[in-house]
Amino acid sequence: MSALSQRTIDVIRKNEGPLLASWHANLDASGAARDSRISQAEFESQTKEFLRVLAAGAAMGDVNGMAGNEWSEARTFLERLSRSRALQGFDSQHTANFIFSLKHPLFELLQAEYGKDPADFASQVWAVSELLDGLGLHTVRTFQKSREEVIARQQEELLELSTPVVKLWDGVLALPMIGTLDSQRTQVVMESLLQRIVETGAEIAIIDITGVPTVDTLVAQHLLKTVTAIRLMGADAIISGVRPQIAQTIVHLGLDLQGIVTKANLADALAVALKRSGFVVTKGA
Amino acid sequence: MSTLRQGSQAVAIEQDVVLARQTARKLSIECGLRLVDQTKLITAASELARNAVIYGGGGHMDWELLEDGARRGLRLIFRDDGPGIPDVKLAMTDGWTSGGGLGLGLTGARRLVDEFSLESAPGAGTRVTICKWT
Repeated sequence: MSALSQRTIDVIRKNEGPLLASWHANLDASGAARDSRISQAEFESQTKEFLRVLAAGAAMGDVNGMAGNEWSEARTFLERLSRSRALQGFDSQHTANFIFSLKHPLFELLQAEYGKDPADFASQVWAVSELLDGLGLHTVRTFQKSREEVIARQQEELLELSTPVVKLWDGVLALPMIGTLDSQRTQVVMESLLQRIVETGAEIAIIDITGVPTVDTLVAQHLLKTVTAIRLMGADAIISGVRPQIAQTIVHLGLDLQGIVTKANLADALAVALKRSGFVVTKGA
Repeated sequence: MSTLRQGSQAVAIEQDVVLARQTARKLSIECGLRLVDQTKLITAASELARNAVIYGGGGHMDWELLEDGARRGLRLIFRDDGPGIPDVKLAMTDGWTSGGGLGLGLTGARRLVDEFSLESAPGAGTRVTICKWT
């Protein structure tokens, strides 16, 4: 059997003060103590709260059934804790240490209590150890999940960030592309550009690749497809931001961009677009 | 000719192509290549890394920083254990592709670097070595 006995629960509740003090000392030693991201008061309330839910959970249920109802309060507390730790930018070791550094103080407490009773001592140490391991693992699992959520959100944000279609002039749209153009991103970029052409009735779309570090055959293929699609919509495409080193690389790669208007920078492309639309830019007197 | 430093990294999934490019960029700067040559080598690395992922089912990129007298160079070796290339001569033809690309990756990469060698046989994987000197 590996349930905490009533005697153990009582001794934990009775010695809450010293247990907390020794836990704090242990957290400090393991480098898992609070820093400026958590206030002292918040930290103390967290440790205190955890001891409370631990005792409450243990009083109700079997240690093996971590998934059971008895532990739902402890689980909720830990999920909240590891989520906030993840958002504050702590690493998983720090978060797991929050739980594991309670082991030593608890074992000491049990030793004092069961000193003359080796069999009981062993079984209770085993129970406490299993309990804390289970809770620690749960914390790490939740922590990881929260971090994955953060990463997934950032990826979504990047996808959004990379596709601003801007209106430069009446009938002239520009798409400044930035970063790596993989298939998924190019798809999003192309869709939003074509959509904006329909919405605005633009006649010229400028794709600016100043922010694209490498133009290889796959990127070129994506660009060619986008240009073809733009033409099918009845608009014209200009590719701008072709830097000297990119131009030389394109030549050596053997890419054929003939038939596509390309310009060294966005200003030149805008000038071409304005001229084609019949606008004349004059300097005021 | 002596090797100053060397290393290796896996090229298993599409994202690794980006990482391979970043490594190539860092090394070519360290090697002292001019900006145009940096861009050429990075582009070639991008093509070959993508080939290793798409056609080779994933592989590795080995890199070596070389020194030959006053010249320094960067050698990149892309190897995979994929199905190999049945007809190397055909694969080295402009515009030919067994996939859905433009068919310019291998031939383009050859034109972008100073040294290029391709070893492949059906069932024995593919190994492409490229080198660029300052």
